[in-house]
This record gives sequence, structure tokens and C-alpha cells, in this order.
Amino acid sequence: MANIHTVDITRLKNGEVNLGTSIMAVQFDGGVVIGADSRTTTGSYIANRVTDKLTHIHDRIYCCRSGSAADTQAVADVVHQHAQVYTSVYGEPPTVSTAASLFEKMCYDNKDQLSAGIIVAGWDKEAGGSVYNIPLGGGMFQQPWAIGGSGSTYVYGYCDATYKEGWNEEETVQFVKNTLALAMSRDGSSGGCIRMCVITKDKVERHFIPGNELPRFWEGKEIIGSMSGQKVGIVA
Amino acid sequence: MWKQPAPANSSFNEYNTFPLPQTQRGQSSHAHGPVGHTQQPLVTGTSVLGLKYDKGVMIAADNLASYGSLARFRDIQRLHPLGKHTLLGVAGDMSDFQWLKKELDALLREEDALALTDSHPSLSPKNIYELLSNLFYARRSKMNPVWNAVLVGGWDKVKEESFLAYVDLLGTTYSAPTLATGFGAHLAQPLLREAYEAKAGIDGEGPLLTQEEAEKVLEDCMKVLFYRDARSINKFQIATITSEGVTISDSKSADTYWKFAEGLRGYGAQTQ
Repeated sequence: MANIHTVDITRLKNGEVNLGTSIMAVQFDGGVVIGADSRTTTGSYIANRVTDKLTHIHDRIYCCRSGSAADTQAVADVVHQHAQVYTSVYGEPPTVSTAASLFEKMCYDNKDQLSAGIIVAGWDKEAGGSVYNIPLGGGMFQQPWAIGGSGSTYVYGYCDATYKEGWNEEETVQFVKNTLALAMSRDGSSGGCIRMCVITKDKVERHFIPGNELPRFWEGKEIIGSMSGQKVGIVA
Repeated sequence: MWKQPAPANSSFNEYNTFPLPQTQRGQSSHAHGPVGHTQQPLVTGTSVLGLKYDKGVMIAADNLASYGSLARFRDIQRLHPLGKHTLLGVAGDMSDFQWLKKELDALLREEDALALTDSHPSLSPKNIYELLSNLFYARRSKMNPVWNAVLVGGWDKVKEESFLAYVDLLGTTYSAPTLATGFGAHLAQPLLREAYEAKAGIDGEGPLLTQEEAEKVLEDCMKVLFYRDARSINKFQIATITSEGVTISDSKSADTYWKFAEGLRGYGAQTQ
């Protein structure tokens, strides 16, 4: 019999739940905008169609989770605790960079066991808004904008072609909304609603776009039905 | 139901519950045993729903052909009329569906030609269904399946009654007043049965649903499938087959409800 002693980590274990996902975070002058879809799947069953993938780490630090729901929740919970302890010990909130490093440590040291793609973003007084992408493997990459999750593969082109530096909050929100809508429309593992968070010095403002109000783009040709064998006569 | 294509080198299925057939590595040139071409589905369509109502049969299917988890082609009609009184709703591999269309259209064209010269009766829905059943079972027995699940719906002109039956890649056949493939069998079938039995009773002797009622329950089922099937889209067609003929609707969308989710936060203790 072929090798039965290894587990293929590219496949979910029996019953394991997956954050299929499209997530992103974009930095602008004054803060960041983070966003995610709301679909959690077990295979092709949608276990939760209204998930909140934008997880609070600290007052002005959030993370977007993709990959295994269990793994990302476990890691986020630990980092959340570290952030609370940091605040108690140092009397001030950790920077986004520090929070990202805490994620990096967990994801790198446990890289063989984890299936977690995380984007950390927020505002702190040292750097203003910043975005850190921590993909599978546990490397940490600071970027002005980051996309992640299975749906992100479909929107690299759109993001590269559209992104501009120097946008204000409203333009950034629009960019995130459109990108996620495109990813959700092609990726079967992403969908539902768009949840976004604008994080600045002064506020953490949630935005919610219900699934029936998503931006729409080209969705294929119009499909006209047909009739055959019908008797003559038009029904009013 | 139609999974992500397996990697070329896998020994087991995704949950390690059974071994996968291995192609021979290290080819030999002497006589070989039986050869199977079992395949895997690549571009696939999801659930098809079928329901008998007072005037005939209704069949519904969405307009998506997926490539694993990619929603690749979003304007595909998976409902195919055959003649004036039969319709197929097809799930599974779309290339096999296209092959089926070609073969069946050719067959019906021949039958139509014969009917011109003598009193050759046209193929009834049941004839088409029996043909498909035999075809599917024969192909599965050669380990080269037609990788589809098909609902055949029709109106039998001679018997003056509706027809609805299921056949799939294994050659499994089944007929009932309500039918569904794939995810639909789990999520929609209970809803279809509930609506059907509310009027016709558990024994099916009572009245059937009206056109409006049937359409409503099918739309409701398509909405539920869009909520819960990650390989579906909210764009579908409903076909109606009656004594008058076959009608396929333009594509439509179900109204969906999401507002309740606005206030939800986190996954446990998070309140912000």
C-alpha cells in the first residue's frame, strides 16, 4: 500500500473548516482600510455565510484571517492576549509592527502545523497606518496594500492596474470594496457580504455591504430563454 | 459534489479514506488487462432541481460552470430541450454534457427525419430516459463514465402524463415527483417534498402545486442553494414542460437577505 504515514497538509482534514476567503488591507495617509468577505466553507458547503474575519487585536490593530478557521482563531487569540499583556507592562499600546512580529513568531515557529494566511493592519503614532502581510510559511512583508486568501489570486491584476498612492479614506474604501467584490464573484470559496474597517488615530469605523448590494461587474452574457412546441398566441 | 481536481501524484482521496487508482508507471509492452479511463470532472455544473406540478414538470439549474473552486463560466445554460416534450437538466462535467447534447441532438434529428416519411412515432421522454440509463450504465461498466447527473423531465403525449426521472454517472436511476442532484439532494429535496406533500399528501394522491406555487418553491430552493453551496451563483433558469411544449425562462436571481449580519462581531468573545 502507498505511504499512509504522512498527512497531506494541502488538504483539509475530515470535517475541518476553511476560511476560503478574500482579504485585504490598504494603507492611506492617516490610517488603513481593511476588508474581508464573509464566507467559511467545509469543502463546498458554506458553514457560515456571515463570518467576521476582521479580528480585533488591540484598539487600533486588527488582523484579517485566511486559511484554517481553527488555526487562525487560535493564533489570533494568543496574539490578542500578548497585546493586552504588553499594554499592562508598558503602559501604552503595542505598535502594528510589534503585533505583526508576534504573529510572525507564531506562524513561523509552527509553520509545519499551521495553515494560516494573516494580514495585520492598523494605526499607531510611530508609523501612522501600516499593513503587514504574513502568508503561509510565516514570513512577514510590509506593503502599502496587501491581498490574501484564495480569492486574492483573481485580483492581482486588478489591484496592480488600479492602485495609486495618495488616495484619501473614501478612495481607499472604494478600492477595497471593488477588489473584494471581484474576488468574491470568481472565487467559490469567497462570498457573502463585505466587511470593512477604517482604522485611524480617532476611530475604528465598521462598514458592512450586504450580499445583495455588492458592486457588480461583467457577469457573463445575458441568457435569453427559449420556447419550443408552443401553440401560436401571445400571453399578455 | 464535484471536487477540486486531485493532484497527479496522490495515492489517496482527500480524507485518506480510500486509495486512488494508479496509472501504470513503467510501461510494459506485453498484453494488458482491462483498461479504464475513469477520469476526473474538470469544468462542472452544480445542483439541478426537478418538480412535478399540476400542468407538467419544472426543472431548475443555475448558469455556472466551475473549474474547481473558480467560477469560470457564468453564462452557461445547463437545461437542454430535446424535441418539443423533453428537457434535460445536467450537472457534473460540462464537456461530457456537450458531448451528450451533440449525440442526443443528432439522434433526435434522425428520428425527426424518419417521422417525415412514415408514421414513425417520436421518442417519448421515457424512451430518451431509458436510452440515457443504458448509456450511463454501459459506460460505467467499462470504467469510462459519462461524468454527469441528469434530470430528465417531459410530457408524454400518448399517455398524457408528466415524466420526471434521475440518472447519473454510476447508472443509478430513480424517479419521484421531486428530484434534486448534488447539494440540492441535501438542501432542496426536503423543501421540495414539504411543498409537494402539503398539497398532494404523503401518498401523492392529492392535488399538485400550481405554476406559481411550483415556481416559488424552486426559487426559494435556489436561494438556499446560493446561500450554502460554494459552487453556485445567483443566476438561474427554470424550464417548464407541459402538453403545450418546453419553455426555458430567461435567467433570473433570487432575493437574498443579509442585513441581520451587520451587527455580528468576531467568533467568540470579541465585541468590537
